[in-house]
Amino acid sequence: MRGLTIGYVLRRIGMFFFTIWASATVMFVIPRLAPGDPINAMVTRITSQAGYVENSAQLIQAWRERFGLDDSLWVQYLRYLQSLLTFDFGYSMAQFPVEVADMIGQALPWTIGLLTISTILSFFAGTAIGALMAWRRTPGWLRLFLPATLTFTAIPFYILGLLLIYVFVFTLGLFPISGGYRSELEPGFNLLFINSVIQHGTLPALSIVLASMGFWALGMRGMMITVAGEDYLTLARAKGLRPLEILLKYEVRNAILPQITALVLGLGGIVGGTVLVEYIFGYPGMGALLYQSISNADYTVLQGIVFILILTTVTAVLIIDLLYPLIDPRITYERR
Amino acid sequence: MDSNLTAPSATGPGSASSSSPAATTDTTSSRPARISSPWANPKLITGAGIVAGILVLTAIGHAVVDTSLARAASSPLNLPPFWMEGGTLAHPLGTENSGRDMLALLVVGSPMTLQIGLVVGLTSMVLGIVFGFAAGYLGGVVDTVIRTLSDTALTIPSLAILVVIAAYVREMNVNTMAFIVALFAWAGPTRLIRAQVLSMREQGYIKMAKLSALSTPHIMFREMLPNLLPYVAAGFIGATSGGILAAVGLEALGLGPQRIPTLGMTVSRAIEGSAILRGMWWWWGLPTLILMLIFAGLFLIAIGLDEVANPRLRQARPARGKAAA
Repeated sequence: MRGLTIGYVLRRIGMFFFTIWASATVMFVIPRLAPGDPINAMVTRITSQAGYVENSAQLIQAWRERFGLDDSLWVQYLRYLQSLLTFDFGYSMAQFPVEVADMIGQALPWTIGLLTISTILSFFAGTAIGALMAWRRTPGWLRLFLPATLTFTAIPFYILGLLLIYVFVFTLGLFPISGGYRSELEPGFNLLFINSVIQHGTLPALSIVLASMGFWALGMRGMMITVAGEDYLTLARAKGLRPLEILLKYEVRNAILPQITALVLGLGGIVGGTVLVEYIFGYPGMGALLYQSISNADYTVLQGIVFILILTTVTAVLIIDLLYPLIDPRITYERR
Repeated sequence: MDSNLTAPSATGPGSASSSSPAATTDTTSSRPARISSPWANPKLITGAGIVAGILVLTAIGHAVVDTSLARAASSPLNLPPFWMEGGTLAHPLGTENSGRDMLALLVVGSPMTLQIGLVVGLTSMVLGIVFGFAAGYLGGVVDTVIRTLSDTALTIPSLAILVVIAAYVREMNVNTMAFIVALFAWAGPTRLIRAQVLSMREQGYIKMAKLSALSTPHIMFREMLPNLLPYVAAGFIGATSGGILAAVGLEALGLGPQRIPTLGMTVSRAIEGSAILRGMWWWWGLPTLILMLIFAGLFLIAIGLDEVANPRLRQARPARGKAAA
């Protein structure tokens, strides 16, 4: 475990819990700052929108008991933290008997799958583009072509999603408009279903990859240029190493490391963007669920989703941060 | 994500930043030098031109176009632009499905969207300067607290928390929206400026200023701040574009100001009304186009500022230009 000290690991894990605690506390405080009794307000709001709420008396009762609204704020707060720790988010307000944890459990794998695949693709594609843009030996035709791949960099993921739907679904009819798989198929491990999942996932993934690729490319280009002046490259050239070997083992190896820091900082934004892409494409992940919970004023589902999104992101960041010193031996956390 | 655009290159090459103050002081001391000003960066100028162009066009629009047509039920429903069959010159860019005129929507909406970005950008920049200087210059406990908070704000998906806050706000307007978004947008500029202050603090002229018994505020704002201008500007642009991004995201989810037709609200209504599948490209496409222009403009400004602050990126350009030509 070179570079990775117990002190650093402990501090990093402490930061992990602090982040989760802080966001959980914010989510506890905000609804209580809003005027009026939260539950009555919610029920009134649902009633005014839906006209009639099934089992509304039961709902209010269940919630009064659940939140213990007559207890002191401290008791409520501790109980709230306890329920988060056990992933017990209670019932959906819009579809009463359904538990929030079940709804999220169904949606989460879709989001994590889409997010992981498209982030890895865009990270490697963008890093490769950035490296080639800065490399002195990149062929001329490639140089002309590379900047064009950055066209979509500045555009938000889901705005690009709209354009892709217009071109590939509305105009060309190549891909299905929404959903995660053909609705008549039973989810399972067979070719038909997997094929359908890929077809439905291509456009959402493409909009994330195209829009975030340039972020990695620009970072990589900047780092490659910074590395380019180093003495060890001159030495490597003087030793007569092959240019490709120098590129991969010397330049890229050194320039790629800050990219991982950028991944840590960018992940939160990517998660937010993915959620919106899912909503645009009607993908059955957290984004669609989030939109549904907002338009139904389904606050329990909303809070559950937000907590899980934060937990997932912060966990991913923790893992990357702990792996980082192993990848970059120059980093030591012995003393700051 | 856009709010972090400048992060990799600005945090990465810490060594390169040491040469940037020299580049910027150059402009102030040797005015007569003709083209050499790093601020005359083509990307920076193009980007600023795009954003300024949108502002000028909407200002002209306010004078020429009847903005009351941006209200619902002020016009016939679902008209296409005038050059298509069924369109009229009375509504040159068509109308949407609750009778709003598209041209009026764009004229009213574009400055609103830019206003959100501007408020977020200014708030974050001021907070970024204050926190960044406090953390980088004072160090110690102040630094630990500010760094912990800004790292927290950067790592969590801020859209998630913004959604919770926005869901409970009763009366949403442009400024409320902007301040909610700014709750998370300050972290980027703070981090950027803190990193630069840390490296600048060790430089000779700062030590010299300290030895000359200049006051801390004097050193901070008269000696250091002018040299940090490219970073301050980068932080401002990053926060502005990140702010618009977050605001449009909230609006897409239906949490925007319902009565004010920002560009994001128009896109959001178009998605709800399945404008794409109905072939009403003018409804979703026109506001999307302007949003894309705004983002592209801000992005060009950000890259330009990056090159102003980081001379090595600039030096790389002529070589590339030769190879391409």
